[in-house]
Amino acid sequence: MRGLRLIRFIMTRLLQAIPVVLGVVVLNFLLLQLAPGDAATVLAGEAGGAPPEYVEQLRARFGLDKPVLVQLGLYLKNILLLDLGFSFRNNAPVLGLILDRLWPTLLLMGATLLVSVGGGVMLGVIAALGVRTWRDHLISVAAVIAYATPLFWIGLMLILVFSIRLDWFPTSGMEDVVAFHEGWARVVDIAHHLVLPTITLSLFYLALYTRLMRATVLEQRGAEYATTARAKGLTERAITLRHVLRNALLPVITMAGVQVGALLGGSVVVETVFAWPGLGQLAYQSLFARDFNLLLGIFFLSACLVVIVNIIVDVVYVLLDPRIRVGGKT
Amino acid sequence: MTGSSTRTSAAGSLDPVLEIRDLSVALPAWADRRLAVNAVSLTVGRGETLCVVGESGSGKSVMARSILRLLPEPHLRIAGGQILLDGEDLARADDRRMRQIRGGEISMVFQEPMVSLNPLMTVGRQIDEILEVHTGWSKAERRRRVIATFEDVRLPEPELIVGAYPHELSGGQRQRVMIAMSLVLEPKLIIADEPTTALDVTTEAQVLTLLKELQVKHGTALLFITHNFGVVAEIADRVAVMRSGELVEYGSAKDVLEHPQHPYTRALIDAVPSLVPRKHPEPSSTAEPILTVRALEKTYGRPSAGPKWLARMMPRLARGRRSAVKAVNKVDLDIRRGSAVALVGESGSGKSTLARCLIGLEQADSGSALIAGDEIVGRSRADWRPLRSRVQMVFQDPFASLNPRTKVGDIIARGAILQGVNPAAAMEQARRLLDLVGLDAKAAERFPHEFSGGQRQRIGIARALAVKPDILIADEPVSALDVSVQKQVLDLLDDLRRQFGLTMLFITHDLRVAAHVCEDIVVLKNGTIVERGLTADIFANPQHDYTRTLLASVPGRDWQRRGLPDQMAPTGE
Repeated sequence: MRGLRLIRFIMTRLLQAIPVVLGVVVLNFLLLQLAPGDAATVLAGEAGGAPPEYVEQLRARFGLDKPVLVQLGLYLKNILLLDLGFSFRNNAPVLGLILDRLWPTLLLMGATLLVSVGGGVMLGVIAALGVRTWRDHLISVAAVIAYATPLFWIGLMLILVFSIRLDWFPTSGMEDVVAFHEGWARVVDIAHHLVLPTITLSLFYLALYTRLMRATVLEQRGAEYATTARAKGLTERAITLRHVLRNALLPVITMAGVQVGALLGGSVVVETVFAWPGLGQLAYQSLFARDFNLLLGIFFLSACLVVIVNIIVDVVYVLLDPRIRVGGKT
Repeated sequence: MTGSSTRTSAAGSLDPVLEIRDLSVALPAWADRRLAVNAVSLTVGRGETLCVVGESGSGKSVMARSILRLLPEPHLRIAGGQILLDGEDLARADDRRMRQIRGGEISMVFQEPMVSLNPLMTVGRQIDEILEVHTGWSKAERRRRVIATFEDVRLPEPELIVGAYPHELSGGQRQRVMIAMSLVLEPKLIIADEPTTALDVTTEAQVLTLLKELQVKHGTALLFITHNFGVVAEIADRVAVMRSGELVEYGSAKDVLEHPQHPYTRALIDAVPSLVPRKHPEPSSTAEPILTVRALEKTYGRPSAGPKWLARMMPRLARGRRSAVKAVNKVDLDIRRGSAVALVGESGSGKSTLARCLIGLEQADSGSALIAGDEIVGRSRADWRPLRSRVQMVFQDPFASLNPRTKVGDIIARGAILQGVNPAAAMEQARRLLDLVGLDAKAAERFPHEFSGGQRQRIGIARALAVKPDILIADEPVSALDVSVQKQVLDLLDDLRRQFGLTMLFITHDLRVAAHVCEDIVVLKNGTIVERGLTADIFANPQHDYTRTLLASVPGRDWQRRGLPDQMAPTGE
């Protein structure tokens, strides 16, 4: 019964997501029209200048000579058929280009989420359990510092210290392309490359979740049901693990769900700093090449990603909190 | 009170389970007094009920929690004295031993069953935990015991309730779960900290009966904390009265209830609202009607919410999202100028929804309501504005209903200023109103947090009166207050009414409170009016079963009925 309702809930949310994603596409399309220049001028410029007739010819070939609304209509029609168009810059279909870059970004995001939520929850609990001890002070001060430091600066400093001075981690890229690792050796190599970008991207969120978790654990430990648990003769450890932790997790998960979108934005900076071959880097490059088809494709996929992650968070929430009912009364 | 006379009244000759000797609990340095509990000595005998009575701040809850050492240390700590459980001093026991005692030998029932249960864990598991910690029983054995205990506290369908979450149960059921939790290992002593305060009056009566019954069945001693002398009369064998951390009176229930020695005890007993309706002036039936409500309806939730197109395209997705609840169902009500009508009902009866519709916080679905001739149903927010000064409300929670960052004077004057009164005049009027409700005019310069609950409710009344309303709606204005303060606020409302000819709609769950200020009573149940009439008539001769149940559920009615002439006594049974 509960399972059926959950499926119904997911279906409803997916249906509701369609207009949201289409709205995002239209908005992005119109916003990009405001950017000066187009792919034709960039291509012509890189060729060292070209006669205006040639530029016009390029525009006609790319379909850039048609009115904006006609272009938008064509684009929307293609999106509905899941055809993301062709990247003239890279001379390849957009979908293929994006899918190639998707999994490095998902890997980076997944690792970051794991480190920031997992680590934040752990550090928050440790700080809250030893409130006003040296552990709490240490964690809280470190969190404030991490919270206040800009992302790119952390990235550069980590490269400077751990790659250049200590030579512990590679400076850039996702794997050692000349080593031709295979199987486990490749996994290890990628993991090795993943360390610095993940740390850079997750430090801010780690700090945020640590502070949030510390506050909610403290609040929940003072709640009446914790006193009830104490009056039942439970140890402090059992009270924390069984009763407090799950209640305190709820706000952290809400927060994490909201911030997945911001994580994508942050990955543009980090992927650029670490030359991580992900969507963020691709977006950065395509922006400068005025490769709007590719850029719109990336935006479209990001919107889908955020929508899907939000649904996942909602489902997790429903599973964690029995008070939340989905789709109708019992 | 059966048995209290047969049991000994002298503390010394009991067979004591718990002996508290000179217990003192220290408050943190920033508190207004040094000791929360000051050298209190008490004894609870095997199988008896000791009621500890006191108002908020008397230290009764702190005392109760210190027995199980559940104080929020290090802010509050036991500063001295002994807590002897069968001769063993709990004040000096180590943590391991304390954990064995908690839940095993002494258990506790708390005031708010909703917040005292973990919302994310099934109630069965929450009780199972106690058995898991204290016994070496198998899972199946533990489950049998939990179900048996649920049967004991008469929860319906115990097999199902084991798997229910707290929010799926009613308030009364949740408190039964808490009681089951305290009983499951048959402890020597149960400490109940205001276990019925958060419940409706009929549920309270059921829970008290249940507690008494189970106590006899299991021979458990009960330490019962309450502020309500009615409850004391229902269940106590012996009574201890606390004030500001000190024990002021201690003796058998009969002695304390019938011959209170200390003036504070007498004041508390006097403050219990009377079962005899006060003599009210006959309402003149010729006065103009100020509020006329006809067939008013308000339904929460719609049968099928969600977008219509979705329902058409995918009927399975949109089907039956929320079932509808008729909070107010075809209510008719007439209030004449200068009269006071009480709207009585339990939680969920729709009394607050009705009030919110009348003051424009909710929009009624259908029907009509005229305030001095103006229709309010269907008015937009903008159209409401000129009517705001006609109806005002005194809210239930004096702590939540005053803006903590606004000075009292501004809180009171703002309504009048919005209605176009010049600010200086409005402020002048605010000071006069403060004086009228029994506060110093200088209070206008202070912030709400500097006042006690009763004083804040006075501010709330002054605020409501500032715009000179035609009708004052008071939504449970005293239920968040201590008994002795309740009486003062009720007297104030009554005075103001007589002085200014105020019209009042008084919403309450307590029939006695209603009788104190109103000459008419309307009884509401599930959104429908089941009985209405003069207060005196309803008390003397209730017609509807529900009204009878309400009257019969008033705690301590037998004790209060003593010495009343027969025709005045409510015919409860």
